[in-house]
Amino acid sequence: MGPRTTVEKTLGILALLSMLVGSYVGLVVVPADAAQGDVQRLMYVHVPAAWLAFMAFFIVFVMSVLYLIQRDARWDRVAASSAEIGVVFTVVTLLLGMMWGKPTWGVFWTWDPRLTTTAILLAIYVGYGALRSFADDEEKRARWSAIVGVIGFANVPIVYMSVTWWRTLHQPPSSPRSVAPDILWTLMLNLAAFTLVYAYLMVRRIRLAKLDGELEKRMAYNA
Amino acid sequence: MSVLRRAWAIVWKDLLIEARTKQSFNAMVFFAALVLFIFSFALGPDTELLQRVAGGLLWVGIAFTGILSLSRTYQNEETSGGLEGLRAYPGDPRAIYVGKLLGNIVLLLMVEAILIPAAGILFQANLWPHALGLAIVSILGTIGFSLVGTFYAALTVNLRAREVMLPLLLFPALVPVLLGAVNATTLILEGDLMGEAVVWLRVLGAFDIIFFVICIWIFPIALEE
Repeated sequence: MGPRTTVEKTLGILALLSMLVGSYVGLVVVPADAAQGDVQRLMYVHVPAAWLAFMAFFIVFVMSVLYLIQRDARWDRVAASSAEIGVVFTVVTLLLGMMWGKPTWGVFWTWDPRLTTTAILLAIYVGYGALRSFADDEEKRARWSAIVGVIGFANVPIVYMSVTWWRTLHQPPSSPRSVAPDILWTLMLNLAAFTLVYAYLMVRRIRLAKLDGELEKRMAYNA
Repeated sequence: MSVLRRAWAIVWKDLLIEARTKQSFNAMVFFAALVLFIFSFALGPDTELLQRVAGGLLWVGIAFTGILSLSRTYQNEETSGGLEGLRAYPGDPRAIYVGKLLGNIVLLLMVEAILIPAAGILFQANLWPHALGLAIVSILGTIGFSLVGTFYAALTVNLRAREVMLPLLLFPALVPVLLGAVNATTLILEGDLMGEAVVWLRVLGAFDIIFFVICIWIFPIALEE
């Protein structure tokens, strides 16, 4: 891929440093939760991962709409990169949630609305990735996956509502007011760190997508 | 009106081909019956258990059977560039979507008209008192299923491995339809004492309206060559 650009280097270093600081604060500086004990510290990575996953899919949606309007391959590359990284964050979210769920709820998995919706979200964007890998033509791949990016995201609120009605035994999500200030700023610190990791991965993945596109063109030219 | 007339021409053509060849209908009915049979074997002969899960089994059967017919939505057009021909006709390409959608809905409802009574016999449930409720659920559920299915079938028709891709894209998108249809069916079969089934019918109705608008709106982009 060639040497990293200054932007990439800076983002990478910042992401690494902020992750180290965030983990140190979350693991050592902030006191353990009175009710849940040390297990609660998982929240400092679980919640940022979930937020970033959702944001990544929102960006897929925005880029898909932009692509369908302007038909610029750039938007397609951003959408595809964001979808892939979003899938990674979703898997991280689910795994961390399970690690928290086993000692707290006594089970790795329960059909809680947010849990179920996250799993369905994962299925939607794995499908998005599979569609991309099965389409050979660049323009068609971009157009088809943009459509899936739009429909998939539009479906998320409907899925969430229907799953909530199906399983009404969920607890309301924490709001900033229901959380102690210590916990809140540790959470924000880790959220910033995760956002930097997302930004770094995006910059690198978009460049890879661009190189992939050029390679595809050259191979088509040679064939 | 011309869109509806064009759509009707496609419905008529496809149903006429189906009536003369019966290439989908017979296979779908047989396949659906087999799915119900396999579930009954897997869950054992406990009639009470089967009655409790009948709604779920029924809709899994419908979903599997529906996938079969959806993946063949554009089969009549596949040979000798038929889809290009349809696309080349003047007028709004949405007529193709509406026509194929109506064809899929009619075909699937016809299969359900056999499948649901058959399920009633297999699971020893008396369906007659609930006939109206069940009819409403199947119509709303089938519309939702076919709306997204007909759309994604057009998207995957030229794809390698489309037999895998269609369910992979379709099933996650259909979670609200499956939840709505299964819960409404189960509540109706249990007598629906609290009037809760209406909530699920509304979920189905809302899904149908939202996805009708989205699919109609985006379909021309999906069909571009």
